[in-house]
Amino acid sequence: MNITELIVVLVTIGIVFAGVMTFVGYGSLLERKISAWVQDRLGPNRVGFDLNQPFLSMFKGFFGLGQPLADGVKFLLKEEFTPKNVDKVFYYLAPAVALSTALIAFAVVPFGPTSVLPPMVDNRIDLAVSKPNPNYQHRVYPRTNSELEKISAANPFRSELLEEAKSHSPKIELPKVAGIELGGSEIRFGIAPHLDIGVLFVFAVSSLAVYGVVLAGWSSNSKYSLFGALRASAQLISYEIPMGMSILVVVFMVGSLNLEAIVEYQAKHTWFIVYQPLGCLLFLTAIFAECNRLPFDLPECEQELVGGYHTEYSSMKFACFMMGEYTHMVTTSFLLVAMFFGGWNIPFLVTQDFPEGALGWGAKLVVFCGKMVAVIVFFMLVRWSLLRFRFDQLMSLAWKGLMTLGILNTLGAVVIIQTKPLGELSLWLLPAWSVIALLMVTGYSMTRPKPSNRFRTGIKSVDQRLSSQKELVGNRI
Amino acid sequence: MAINTKDVTWVEPPQLGLLDQLYLPAIVGGMATALKHLLETVTGTGPDATQQYPEEKPKLPPHYRGLHRLNRDEKGRVKCVACFMCSTACPAHCIDIVAAPSPWNDREKYPETFVIDELRCIYCGMCEQACPVDAIELTSIFDLTGLSREQMIFDKEKLLSVYDETVRRGTDPVRTHSGKLGPASEPGEAGLTESSSAQS
Ligand code: SF4
Ligand code: SF4
Repeated sequence: MNITELIVVLVTIGIVFAGVMTFVGYGSLLERKISAWVQDRLGPNRVGFDLNQPFLSMFKGFFGLGQPLADGVKFLLKEEFTPKNVDKVFYYLAPAVALSTALIAFAVVPFGPTSVLPPMVDNRIDLAVSKPNPNYQHRVYPRTNSELEKISAANPFRSELLEEAKSHSPKIELPKVAGIELGGSEIRFGIAPHLDIGVLFVFAVSSLAVYGVVLAGWSSNSKYSLFGALRASAQLISYEIPMGMSILVVVFMVGSLNLEAIVEYQAKHTWFIVYQPLGCLLFLTAIFAECNRLPFDLPECEQELVGGYHTEYSSMKFACFMMGEYTHMVTTSFLLVAMFFGGWNIPFLVTQDFPEGALGWGAKLVVFCGKMVAVIVFFMLVRWSLLRFRFDQLMSLAWKGLMTLGILNTLGAVVIIQTKPLGELSLWLLPAWSVIALLMVTGYSMTRPKPSNRFRTGIKSVDQRLSSQKELVGNRI
Repeated sequence: MAINTKDVTWVEPPQLGLLDQLYLPAIVGGMATALKHLLETVTGTGPDATQQYPEEKPKLPPHYRGLHRLNRDEKGRVKCVACFMCSTACPAHCIDIVAAPSPWNDREKYPETFVIDELRCIYCGMCEQACPVDAIELTSIFDLTGLSREQMIFDKEKLLSVYDETVRRGTDPVRTHSGKLGPASEPGEAGLTESSSAQS
């Protein structure tokens, strides 16, 4: 890594950070607007950019676009109140953890067109030493053409090998430029592109967010916070499992955890929503729960419970939790788009090679981000369409429903992919299997006796309880 | 005490079919409703319920009960005859009157001070109903603000100025007996006979 590259990375981080934070601010405005529209209201439309100056009056109102700025200023200026007897270190650490894990998870998200590295370049090493050399330490992954030239210039011996390998193996195609070339370096649409463990990294880091929740609840020295944290952590941990399961088949089919590879696979074939409708549904449900969005917003329960794990937090510390949550939403929306909705791809309109050049990059960026915004709007619409689950329903949905579906989906898909019963067409068995699995689980759940809300005397088996209920009903009639 | 089981009627929830159990159709239906409302509001075809308040004032019904005013008679004097009916009727005990002999011939007393604590008032309108000479009326002024409790205690001058203001604006026409005093103001026999005849 040379100094220009470092600068490019830092600048990318800066731009992405600013972009995400701006989106978080305006996302909250969008959320308020959509909430209002769904309820036949108008939403915030007062705070413009007129700053109370008459000469700026043309900026007055302005659809409430000044609202996020005003909110930010308000959060900064509010009294920073630290309750007595809190565990200071963890109390201050928790919001930082919540926000930073959400931001770090964003590092591998490709928010624009990126190109995939060629598959492992080990082949050329085999060629060089004529047999696999386990001691070989310096595998080279040139990411751009210019980088490749640089490496070749620095090490003529190796570049020779590379040439040779190229001629031998069609696998070692030179990668296309992964971003716009700029002064020997590249502009990339992703802070850490080409990370082979992409999805795994996002999952790993975003599950750290539960630390923010637990620390906040534990250190606040308040029973409400503690209960809120318990609710939240139980939910977050439960829903991580179906979330992981839902993408297994995608990873099987692509053969890589690299998000760019997943996007490219979909660009070449079909979006995974077609092959994996059930996986998409599971992932969608799980990310709703992971982001504490309705109908899974039990950690907060704005309407009827005391705050939740952030009860004791005020001003910017509270805002950190909120921003973390929104950032998480943005990240998971990007993930959903990248894994199931084809990333930057729109069939026949925006494809691998069309449109070309800078226009292509721009179009892909716009398509990717547009899809992400659409997912977020969907998040917000769902908030006003569904009721909140009861806690036991939440848990049984995750453990009994989603997990069973995840296992069935994975098993069926693996069998189909391995045996290929219909030859080329067998991939189309996957969506059919999704529907079958969904109906199977639902049908089975219908045969189960429903939990009764009636009072119980003594502990009886379900059958006894049912028959006693029948008696009760019979007596009444 | 526990409820007798015989008194309890259990209502069975309806059986869910396969599609209901899937929840997905219901979710899609709910989202369609939400989306319909969203689009209606955005395109302006929905119920236009929102008022842009400070610019757009609400249309209040004529019997709206807002801030009080003390009416003036046709000579511009305070109409009140300090009979204390309103302060007696007031359930919130927020009217404070100090009566003095009237400087004018057509009535015996007049209020030397007349104070209403607008923060205590519950805007029930009992004072208006109780007043025999229609001297106190509730106007449609509702956006009443003040920076201190003291500012919200309205004295006679302020209440009279509310009358002047509302009459000038024409928002609240004087509702009864316009400028004339009512029968209760008549000094001596006349008033008594009239009110007693009214009773019989
Ligand atoms: S409106 Fe009711 S509470 Fe207010 S002053 Fe009149 S009688 Fe009292
Ligand atoms: S009832 Fe009417 S006349 Fe009597 S004191 Fe009150 S305002 Fe004055």
